Amino acid sequence: MWVIFKLPSPPAPLPTGVGRQAAPVVFSPLPLGEGPGVRGNISPTLHHYPLFHQHHINHSSITHTGNPQMSIHWNQYNATCFHDELIQDSGEPRLAAAALCNYLSSLTDEELKKRKNAAELAILVMGITFTVYSEGTNIDRAWPFDIIPRIISKKEWERTEAGLVQRMTALNMFIQDLYSEQRIIKDGLFPIELLQNSKNFRPQCVGIRPPHRTWAHICGSDLVRDRDGTLYVLEDNLRVPSGVSYMLENRSVMKRTFPELFENQNIQPVDDYPSKLFDMLASISPRTEERPQVVVLTPGIYNSAYFEHSYLAQNMGAELVEGPDLVVGDNDCVYMRDIQGLKRVDVIYRRVDDLFLDPEVFESDSLLGVRGLMRAWRKGKVALANAPGAGVADDKVVYSYVPDIIKYYLDQDPIIPNVETYRCLDPKQRSHVLANLDKMVVKPANESGGYGMLVGPHASTEEHAKFAELIQNDPRNYIAQPALTLSTVPTLCDDHVEPRHVDLRPFILQSDSTYVTMGGLTRVALRKGSLVVNSSQGGGSKDTWIINTEDP
Amino acid sequence: MLSRVAKNIYWLARYLERAEDTARMVNVNTHLLLDLPTIGRTFGWEPMITIMGSNKLFYELHQEHTEDNVMNFLLDDSRNSSSIHSSLAQARENMRTTREIFPKEAWEQLNNLYLFVKEEEANGLTKSNRYDFLKQVILGCQQFTGILMGAMSHDAAYNFFLLGSYLERADMTSRTLDVRSANLFSQGSEESNIKLSPFYNIQWMSVLKSLTAYQMYRQHVRTRVKGADVLKFLLQDHEFPRSVFFCLGMVENRLSGLPKNDSPRRTLSHLQRQVQAANVRELAYQGLHKFIDDLQIGFGEVHKQIAGNYFGEVVG
Repeated sequence: MWVIFKLPSPPAPLPTGVGRQAAPVVFSPLPLGEGPGVRGNISPTLHHYPLFHQHHINHSSITHTGNPQMSIHWNQYNATCFHDELIQDSGEPRLAAAALCNYLSSLTDEELKKRKNAAELAILVMGITFTVYSEGTNIDRAWPFDIIPRIISKKEWERTEAGLVQRMTALNMFIQDLYSEQRIIKDGLFPIELLQNSKNFRPQCVGIRPPHRTWAHICGSDLVRDRDGTLYVLEDNLRVPSGVSYMLENRSVMKRTFPELFENQNIQPVDDYPSKLFDMLASISPRTEERPQVVVLTPGIYNSAYFEHSYLAQNMGAELVEGPDLVVGDNDCVYMRDIQGLKRVDVIYRRVDDLFLDPEVFESDSLLGVRGLMRAWRKGKVALANAPGAGVADDKVVYSYVPDIIKYYLDQDPIIPNVETYRCLDPKQRSHVLANLDKMVVKPANESGGYGMLVGPHASTEEHAKFAELIQNDPRNYIAQPALTLSTVPTLCDDHVEPRHVDLRPFILQSDSTYVTMGGLTRVALRKGSLVVNSSQGGGSKDTWIINTEDP
Repeated sequence: MLSRVAKNIYWLARYLERAEDTARMVNVNTHLLLDLPTIGRTFGWEPMITIMGSNKLFYELHQEHTEDNVMNFLLDDSRNSSSIHSSLAQARENMRTTREIFPKEAWEQLNNLYLFVKEEEANGLTKSNRYDFLKQVILGCQQFTGILMGAMSHDAAYNFFLLGSYLERADMTSRTLDVRSANLFSQGSEESNIKLSPFYNIQWMSVLKSLTAYQMYRQHVRTRVKGADVLKFLLQDHEFPRSVFFCLGMVENRLSGLPKNDSPRRTLSHLQRQVQAANVRELAYQGLHKFIDDLQIGFGEVHKQIAGNYFGEVVG
């Protein structure tokens, strides 16, 4: 017997459309604002709709000027003590954010909640996670995400982009100089003591000239905006910066959650990062193969950025390898252990810290690295990105010299300014810092992830005393900056929006040419008033939209 | 491809197949037990533990093979590395380290399935919700293999996935046959059994059903369900994808696409001949247990050779 089967039904729909389904049923029967005159003419069964609206109005203690049942009221949003990225002091949205703000305030409470849930579900289903140390077996946490994006106009972004290219170019020239002639030291601009005490200067790298003289191929610079609207560079991460995969995933979650916003606006895409990364890595290959063997070297699944390592390997079509997968042969070439035998590796995008890279040269008990890797790199048989030793320039004391570095190598003024920075090594600056600890943010020179720092205005007297002692004991290791009033972006808190502080981490790729991501990763301090945006310390993230407002 | 990756994919496949097969087995046997009279029945919850080869561990953890204990053990006990929960957790863990190899939607599917099981496993323990719970597990596994079949290049990685799946499946089929037949054939001659026990037939049917083979058996064997025919179908059929012969063929077939395949292929042809040459009608009454033991030693040999040739493991 022949049976005609129904076409198989599709699997559970993506969360995308969920929010829209309820709208027509509940709210569309009557356009808002129609008065009792109209109501008199309609059938009794529909009466509860307008009544429902009125009911809502009567019980609300605040006077609304907008539509009463809408959940986001921009006129109640108050971020006037800060520079807000979306809303001006007048309460009006900024030009690039107008379409988004209007759209959001057209959503009902219910719909907004549904979008938020849909985004959270998407994150769970897509398995976007980050790992927190010492959580026993439950090491994977869903990525905290806020659905209201941060928006920057394309015009402003173009200037920022130029500033980042300038900065990276100068920093790479600086690193190359430190590992060769050290002109900048001889010319008296950079004190040799700083180099001698640098935790990230690798004497093993002196004399090496990597392809294109590039040491820091991948950089994540943190940008912050102060009360007056100026964008500053807060720090440069030149070792193994992470976060770019979250930038990409945030975008894909947003496309699932608010497809209609992407249809109607000119939001610049970010998706080409993995292919740009691959091209950059291929460009430093020691062999001129058509498709060089590029691998991503990860410390393994217990690393907090493992998700990202895997994500990037997947999207570049590269192998994701761990130290024990690689071996250096007698000919100083690097090979990976393949099911067919040994296979030559050309480029290693390493996400393992310098000191664990090669037990032959650095930490001798490292299980994460590959014995002989430095030998292979020195002989030019394999490319490493970022090059070992590149971290010498992401020292926070070195940071304070970057404007001079740009001037020295490029003879240009920095396009993006540094945050004013006091070097505790300098006795005069140190006493200023110690006298004003309650207004300062104090950072150790070589920590990342927001560890070991003091946020003066928020810290206790005991903490001030503790840091005063730390600084006096090891002044080289500390810098201080005036506490900035970081800019804010409206963030969904329960059923309304509140300002929350954000920063921005764009990613820069450099070898024979330079590429900057369109925007970057916006990190947000989800706790009210908090300035700490690191995901390991209660931060979340937002999608970042570069919008071209000049197109028709 | 990397040896480590090949190994993880192979194990991912084995764990996933194990979860699916366990779900099928539990589902069918739960239903069977509803049909059997409680007094004097020769089949209970214990054989499922035996099929999984977990008697020792089970009795370390539990005193009696009650329904609750057995279900808890097979479905959600993390101390049992073959429980559905553990199998899926390990499958997911293996995939987490090889994510970049698979299509993204495959990861989403497995992650989803794992989260579902974690969330809902309490339901699997109650009789009324168990069927739905297990059905979701089975479907979830099937969707995963479907995604790979339709969205992944049939490359070395896919070969390792199928190697793991079919070797595990051959193993699970042979285990089911071993345990359930021992129980059923021991009751005397086939004809007398049929006369004596109205439940004899439905028990053989349940063997077929737990390997999702009932319908195909009816279509292809075209006789009523008889023990020896069932055995023959599940051991020797060339077309049914859960018969031991078919599974071995698939393993062989996938190996042929991989380098350095001489030794495991030799072992496989030997095993295939062994299965094909078996006189099932005789085996049913004598020597089945020994026969299946030999097969399982053979499966173990194939596994060792795969591990030695591709995963860089020392063959012990």
